[in-house]
Amino acid sequence: MENHVAVEAKPVDKKKIAKIWKVAGILAVLTTVEFIIAFTIGAGAARNFLFIALTLWKAFYIVSEFMHLGHEKKSLKMSILLPLLFVIFLIFILIYQGSAIYDSLY
Amino acid sequence: MAESAVVVEENKNIWDGGVSPMKVSYGKLMMWFFLLSDAFTFSALLITYGMIRFSHPAFEGSVADFKFSQEYWPIPEKVFEAFPGMHSLGIESAPLVFVGIMTFILILSSVTMVLAVEAGERMDRKGVEKWMLWTILGGIMFLGCQAWEWSHFIHGSDMSMNAIGNAIMGAGLTANQYGPPNFAALFFFITGFHGFHVFSGIVINFIIFYQATVGILERRGHYEMVEKTGLYWHFVDLVWVFVFTFFYLV
Repeated sequence: MENHVAVEAKPVDKKKIAKIWKVAGILAVLTTVEFIIAFTIGAGAARNFLFIALTLWKAFYIVSEFMHLGHEKKSLKMSILLPLLFVIFLIFILIYQGSAIYDSLY
Repeated sequence: MAESAVVVEENKNIWDGGVSPMKVSYGKLMMWFFLLSDAFTFSALLITYGMIRFSHPAFEGSVADFKFSQEYWPIPEKVFEAFPGMHSLGIESAPLVFVGIMTFILILSSVTMVLAVEAGERMDRKGVEKWMLWTILGGIMFLGCQAWEWSHFIHGSDMSMNAIGNAIMGAGLTANQYGPPNFAALFFFITGFHGFHVFSGIVINFIIFYQATVGILERRGHYEMVEKTGLYWHFVDLVWVFVFTFFYLV
């Protein structure tokens, strides 16, 4: 077995591990806040706005830290993020369409 | 990953070939573009949910008075309020508790995935094996929870009559006890499509776990495959964050 040379694992960078758990803690706290809001604030535009803000906040941490996109080159970041602008367009056009269907039915 | 020792000459266009202008390998770049296309798919599904919900009447009145009806869209927290064994514990309703736990399981398995990637960067085979195994376990737990939730959703509870007066129990593709037929159809499609991503993620994670265990990745000299499957796994978690908000909370 010529490949039997054991590969030495490099030492653990404690700061990096601490950062990972910090982000995990932030995600857990944000989810808990969402959960609390669901039962303390009545349904409405304000509550939905809070939900969406918290969701995007969580998404930012997952994409930027866990998926490491925040530390990639700018060209890669933009190649992934800019096409998602089309999603915003789709949201407006289909919500508008949904309301129009509602108006024609009720 | 072994850095390629390519000397970039002065005035040479970095897009002419021979170097990685975005400083990521081909495989990782293609994983990113696949995830972008998958993001469009899930966006379209969730926005469709929004559109169909907006084209149905909403329930007018206080949450306490809410009753299931085919006439209006249900309030999610009234639909997803079951928990395994809650009746034997004497609990009548536990809104969103079960799905909250599922969310935490998936976030935790995302954390163990980052730890596996971190171990891979240090060429720590034991660490990769340990954290990959935890990630796979988290995924299996999530799928198990989802199986229970689907089963409960399909079989239903005994608290609903539809608008015509016929009792409908549970949910199918043509009718359901919770609300308009599209509500259950969208539930099956969106959480089902996400669940299938979780399933394929578990399969891919297991293959990489196996390759790490038998030493294939160590002999290769880098653990980049762990990073790639990690990207996919985080994406699955990311999608769930949105499904949780737009299907269960809003």
